[in-house]
Amino acid sequence: MPMTLHINGETHQVDADPRTPLLWILRDKLQLTGTKYGCGESFCGACTVHLDGKPVTACRIKLKSAVGKQITTIEGLNSRVGEQVKRSWLELNVAQCGYCQSGQIMAATALLERNPSPADEDINEALEENICRCGTYLRIRQAIKHAAQKLA
Amino acid sequence: MFARIDQSKRGQDMTRRDVLKLISATGMGLTLGVYLPVSSAAAMDSAMKANGSLEPNAFVRITPDNRVTVIIKHLEMGQGTFTGLATLVAEELDADWSQIVAEPAPADVKRYNNLLWGPMQGTGGSTAIANAYEQMRKAGAAAKMMLVAAAAKQWAVDTGQIAIHQGVVHHKASDKQATFGQLAALAAAMPMPQPEEITLKDPKDFKLIGKQSLPRKDVGKEDGSAIFTQDIQLPGMLTAVITHPPRFGAKLKTVDASQTLAEQGVVDVVTIPDGIAVVAEDFWSAQSARKKLNIEWDESQAFNKSSKELQADYMELAKKPGLVARQDGDTGAALEKASQVLESHYSFPFLAHAAMEPMNCVAKVTQEGCEIWNGEQLQTPDQTNIAQALGIKPEQVKINMLYAGGSFGRRANPMSDYVIEAVLIAKTRPGTPVKLVWTREEDTQGGYYRPMYYHKLRAGLDMDGNPVAWEQRIVGQSILKNTPFEGFLVKDGIDATSVEGASTLPYSIPNIHVDVHNVELPVPVLWLRSVGHTHTAFSTEVFIDELARTAKQDPVAYRMRLLKGHPRLQGVLKLAAEKAGWGSPPPKGRGRGVALQESFSSFAAQVAEVSITEDKEIKVERVVCAIDCGLAINPDIIKAQMEGSIAFGLGPALMSAITFKQGKVVENNFDGYEVLTMDKMPEVEVHIVPSSAPPTGVGEPGVPPIAPAVANALSALTGQRFHQLPLKLS
Ligand code: FES
Ligand code: FES
Repeated sequence: MPMTLHINGETHQVDADPRTPLLWILRDKLQLTGTKYGCGESFCGACTVHLDGKPVTACRIKLKSAVGKQITTIEGLNSRVGEQVKRSWLELNVAQCGYCQSGQIMAATALLERNPSPADEDINEALEENICRCGTYLRIRQAIKHAAQKLA
Repeated sequence: MFARIDQSKRGQDMTRRDVLKLISATGMGLTLGVYLPVSSAAAMDSAMKANGSLEPNAFVRITPDNRVTVIIKHLEMGQGTFTGLATLVAEELDADWSQIVAEPAPADVKRYNNLLWGPMQGTGGSTAIANAYEQMRKAGAAAKMMLVAAAAKQWAVDTGQIAIHQGVVHHKASDKQATFGQLAALAAAMPMPQPEEITLKDPKDFKLIGKQSLPRKDVGKEDGSAIFTQDIQLPGMLTAVITHPPRFGAKLKTVDASQTLAEQGVVDVVTIPDGIAVVAEDFWSAQSARKKLNIEWDESQAFNKSSKELQADYMELAKKPGLVARQDGDTGAALEKASQVLESHYSFPFLAHAAMEPMNCVAKVTQEGCEIWNGEQLQTPDQTNIAQALGIKPEQVKINMLYAGGSFGRRANPMSDYVIEAVLIAKTRPGTPVKLVWTREEDTQGGYYRPMYYHKLRAGLDMDGNPVAWEQRIVGQSILKNTPFEGFLVKDGIDATSVEGASTLPYSIPNIHVDVHNVELPVPVLWLRSVGHTHTAFSTEVFIDELARTAKQDPVAYRMRLLKGHPRLQGVLKLAAEKAGWGSPPPKGRGRGVALQESFSSFAAQVAEVSITEDKEIKVERVVCAIDCGLAINPDIIKAQMEGSIAFGLGPALMSAITFKQGKVVENNFDGYEVLTMDKMPEVEVHIVPSSAPPTGVGEPGVPPIAPAVANALSALTGQRFHQLPLKLS
């Protein structure tokens, strides 16, 4: 039976096993490939999306538990904070390979939405589970602060 | 990720000419000098003129919409090559940075070979900027000459009176101006300059090269629009996941796939030499159905050792002399006369690359040949291997080049492992594209590791504490033996990638002996970012620090004296020490340590400051890095590569290891195979040595010094000596 998902302000009908992780619904059924697969076990944060505004790892959310929630992916990240975070990311040349960056940006935006001027510890705590193998951590931190300043 | 050829010659610095000679000597052949292949469109002259574009060579395309497309022959995997190579073209073309677009080159070894590798297209060994520096500049300069010629013709003026500034062609006297786009069609009709007619700018006139921070050209990484192999969607495409044998060397006995085949979305189960693939309509269908496979393996011939046993084997081997990689003087005699002899040993585990994007490849096999979509790092070897696997010609293998979500060497496998898997699976469904996706678990357990190594070092000091003898023995698997690269980098049984950094020890010590034991194991191994230097920098730089401490001398001053004849190493050491405040005591509770390494013709030194937390954990607080990579093309990318290299190197320094237990890999995801996370990232300061030397790479040289710098800092703080990675406090 098709289920209804609310993603980036649009409604989608999805016919799949209700236990399918949201990540694979997004990627394989809806072609929203900005959300990345990195580990499938909620260890790496590459699949971070917002569920009712909160950052979650889409590889650990089952399709059925995403029903009725507002889902935001990197493709639909257009809030004032989200747009600024993306601009700051570009300005500081944060991305290297870029594979982790959708997840980083989603986590960073969620942090700034709830804490407009995060200290280093807040950033560490919010992004501790977002692995970046290219090691862009310093610039991520700088870009979050840059965005916070621009938004203030 | 390759060791540059120059690593195999030890001792002194090697000039570029030596590199060329060496390549020819190894039978690789080489296109000497820089050349500018024509574009495929230019080959079909009329096509080019019809669309009003200027394609003076295989690297530049100027279209009527005023866009300058730079065709990039190297893989963008985060190291910034799209930006780097585009900078070179834009500089000579005097283009406006905003009109530049980077586009990946197709697989075409005639046009897009790596000039340092001869007839081979590929990316690695931090060679992109080094091999393409002149070529890309000439490509831009040639385009500029044609645009100037076109403007001169159109305005009936002398070419000498025409100037270009930020993408605008201008004739001052008549105040006429035109964009590149407006001139493209006419320029395409101008004679193509011969390479020898092309003059390059005087470096003092550079406007983009050396500019602090240009926006990167590998776009789409902030909004999810960048496409990686993982993201490819093609009509009718199927997705495959694969199960590899639980131990290396195990063989398939039987597989019962009936339950898997009955699952929703599953299309087929395919057995290939490397494992069993479940092919389905999408990833999750394949992945969940895979658990229902009933597989029996024949493990009678499989690898069944544990890391601990290997360690014991290696230590045993280290008692015997190995193949001699370097011999200066007579260490035995010198050690006998030495007033003090020190000995130490160092152990290094296997390491996984753990690129953020697990290995994957899309393949389609048809009557005409094979097409793959891949973050492709070794075009020519992959084409050759695929052709061999399918019984077709390499030219019949088309490669669609995508971004790679990291690689660190993993996507540059001379054996083409996962690429061949994808092709063999796709072969069973002619005409249908199949995306092979390795899970993180397969990626972690699938082999092709940085080998495990054991080093034994011995040194003798004279009465003043100066080293008079240095012996180093390295035990571990050769990365390149029995691969298509063997002839390239293995000589007299000595794999340059096993000993580089050790056989090239820069310190002036009269008697030096380095030898190596090649261990044979069924565990597949591969180069990992900075290759041999991942271990040799640690053993040599920790040991030299120990010598300095034993001699009661300052580690920086001690090194500085022994680096006579290595001004660029001295330069980075001096700069890093100065900027780190070496002369003054470190902040309370912190220890400071230094290390340096030349790798891939670049020079790096790092000073680390460490502390120990209340929970008795190592904390790296701050790293000051000095890098000399010749002329700095993109300072911001150099800085980013140093920051990233430090983060990458801190993984093996503090937490990463692949361990075997009875032949099985213990770690299988990021919970077991730990890597550096944001909370552990130190402050990093990067200082670039101003230089006008030919530019060299920065993708790898920042990695080697970090682990020894941290170990030396910890020793300074605690007095403990460190003999293994990852570092552990006692
Ligand atoms: S893929 Fe979801 S956290 Fe790694
Ligand atoms: S940018 Fe490559 S993993 Fe983060």
